[in-house]
Amino acid sequence: MIRFPRLPLFPLLTVLFLLGPLVAGLWGTLLPAFGHFPAGGHTGPSLDPFRALWEWPGLSDASRLSLVTGIVSALLSLAITALILAGWTGTRGFRVLERLLSPFLSVPHAAAAFGLAFLIAPSGWIARLFSPWLTGWERPPDLLILNDPWGLSLIAGMVVKEVPFLLLMSIAALGQIDGRRRMALSQSMGYGRIKAWMVAIFPALYAHIRLPVLVVLTWAMSVVDVAVILGPSTPPTLSVQIVRWMSDPDIGFRLLAAAAALWQLVLVVAGVGLWFLGEHLIARLACRLIQTGRRGRSDTPLRVAGFALGTTVSLSLLLGFLGLIIWSFAGFWSFPDLLPDQFTFRSWMRHRTGSLDALGETALIAGVSVIIGMILTIGCLETEERYGLRMTQRGMWLIYLPLILPQTAFLPGLQTLLLNLGLGMGRLPVILAHLVFVLPYLRLSLEGPWSAWDRRQATVAKALGATPNQILWRVRLPMLLAPLLTATAVGVAVSVGQYLPTLLAGGGRVETLTTEAVALASGGDRRAIGVFGLMQTAAAMLPFALALALPALVWRNRKGLLNG
Amino acid sequence: MANGLHLDHVCILKDGAKLIEIDTHVAPGSVLTIMGPSGVGKSTLLSAIIGTLPPAFALHGHVRLKGRDLLPLPPEDRCVGILFQDALLFPHLSVGANLAFGLAQGGTRAERRSQIDAALAEVGLEGFADRDPETLSGGQRARVALMRMLLSEPKALLLDEPFSGLDAALREQVRALVFDHARARALPVLMVTHDQEDADAAGGEVVRLG
Repeated sequence: MIRFPRLPLFPLLTVLFLLGPLVAGLWGTLLPAFGHFPAGGHTGPSLDPFRALWEWPGLSDASRLSLVTGIVSALLSLAITALILAGWTGTRGFRVLERLLSPFLSVPHAAAAFGLAFLIAPSGWIARLFSPWLTGWERPPDLLILNDPWGLSLIAGMVVKEVPFLLLMSIAALGQIDGRRRMALSQSMGYGRIKAWMVAIFPALYAHIRLPVLVVLTWAMSVVDVAVILGPSTPPTLSVQIVRWMSDPDIGFRLLAAAAALWQLVLVVAGVGLWFLGEHLIARLACRLIQTGRRGRSDTPLRVAGFALGTTVSLSLLLGFLGLIIWSFAGFWSFPDLLPDQFTFRSWMRHRTGSLDALGETALIAGVSVIIGMILTIGCLETEERYGLRMTQRGMWLIYLPLILPQTAFLPGLQTLLLNLGLGMGRLPVILAHLVFVLPYLRLSLEGPWSAWDRRQATVAKALGATPNQILWRVRLPMLLAPLLTATAVGVAVSVGQYLPTLLAGGGRVETLTTEAVALASGGDRRAIGVFGLMQTAAAMLPFALALALPALVWRNRKGLLNG
Repeated sequence: MANGLHLDHVCILKDGAKLIEIDTHVAPGSVLTIMGPSGVGKSTLLSAIIGTLPPAFALHGHVRLKGRDLLPLPPEDRCVGILFQDALLFPHLSVGANLAFGLAQGGTRAERRSQIDAALAEVGLEGFADRDPETLSGGQRARVALMRMLLSEPKALLLDEPFSGLDAALREQVRALVFDHARARALPVLMVTHDQEDADAAGGEVVRLG
């Protein structure tokens, strides 16, 4: 049995793995941004990189795109989530929506974006459905729907992916709010459902989901993979441009990229500032509106709209997923036809080697980073238990920090730092970079079940003479098998979906399903995209199926552990 | 029977099994007390009357208020107020704004403000409008919650163990206040409790469940 260290070893290691790459990455961004990049033959400090950035003609468009698409999509996601919850919590319709949306939480962003692209493209399913009988189109219309210059399809793609996330985070938080009585009280004073919910529950809920909302906001302002697939291209969003510069064969562009990464950080901070200001203004406005006593009784149209939006989101995800499947098996498929002429395995055979190699790499990286992450997370939770420590609000911010900080602000720096130190890029840095994002999600998904565990079980075991280690290994962990497996599945899904950490820390040489799929975006080979997108989705979703099936198998004769 | 709150052969089923059966009438200004151990479905009955019965339950019979059938109506149109054990004042609103939330729509800002001040004065809380609800004592919160509900002009009042969170001395005082106000407005009151003292103080009919 492993002796438990007296020092808070696990928390220290966790903070190191969590913050080390962040700090190193920011440092590695700061130096080249101010002209110091020995590996490229530049020594600073100088302001040349920033001068070059200001001279880039696309800067204002790219900055505006990042800011606007980010804030609009976060706002829309939050509004749709609130509308669904306000109109439908506690009803049968809500449970249907919840079941429709929750499986899609683990779908990687890139796969969801490709699915949406297959749906809304000029040659996509929606156009096919109405052609030619309604539209008169005999061939795909020459419309710029995907990659439109305003970023509308990009916003749609982000909303479709973030609504399930916010909805499930909200459902978890609602358990801690006495929502039922608050609603009953407001409704008994004559308030319509939606208004009652907005006044009585939303403020309390928002306090609980504020950090996840910030994650959505900063993610949306700096996302790369979804923006490569759905976003505009001339100019692209700032983050996509940073990645383009980072991938330029001319190593000198790394300086420009670093300056842009710092500018991206400034933009995100400004965006968060605007958001905080908006929170404040909306709260004040709402307080004044509440005091007019307007009851908002005729809210049926709003309720219907909420349900329609929720259905649209889940249908887009579902049909997008179907689209990936069908394209991967499609033979010849001419335009207005809803289905291909024939189904073949040709695409799967053609990409067999490539996709299996990528699958192996994906599984290896996800496996190692999740194993390290689980050891650290359980070590932390157990240390906190034995030392009687409690998670503080500040600790929560620390855990959320890697999720809130824009990836494009520190990952480019990680790469230039590795270059400067003469260290190679490859699998190990990729695993460490993945760990930065896997750790927070492991902690967040284990936090609840870990503390909800009935501590009297430990007391009983102790009274029977069990040591703390025996209690951990033989009582607590076996009892928590189901949540441990779910957390593992969450960690794997997070790792599988990572695009930028794999691309930058791997120096472009580590090829996972996600990097391969996103790389296909510009080529437009839909059959290949179908194959890789589907493999990627399967790699993220199968662990969840296992996490559900395994406890049922292991504890098939232990009813008390099955429905916990 | 046309006045007051009429529970006409009400029967509540949970997943098909009978949970409660009750047939009674509460006259305006009087209090009907429902007693019984926890888990017998007392609160479920109140949910059924205000219209927030969860989907797992089914309701047979009729609930009429002043002769109007409530069951086909959504909760917001039933004009049935409810008070819980906790005051449930909204922590993000001042005391005055909490009352403004209850106060029926209409009137200028000044008129509304004076109605709220009058309501506060009525329960001995003059000048409390701008206070944070968190700074109030338990008894003060209960009084604000009562006035918030009454300002919404309900036609019947339901009480869900409303006094069990208060200590003995305070309980008597708040109880008298609630009953007095309900009687002054001629509201039929239906109270759910497991405290015999509540039932004695109410002085009305007592129905025992379970």
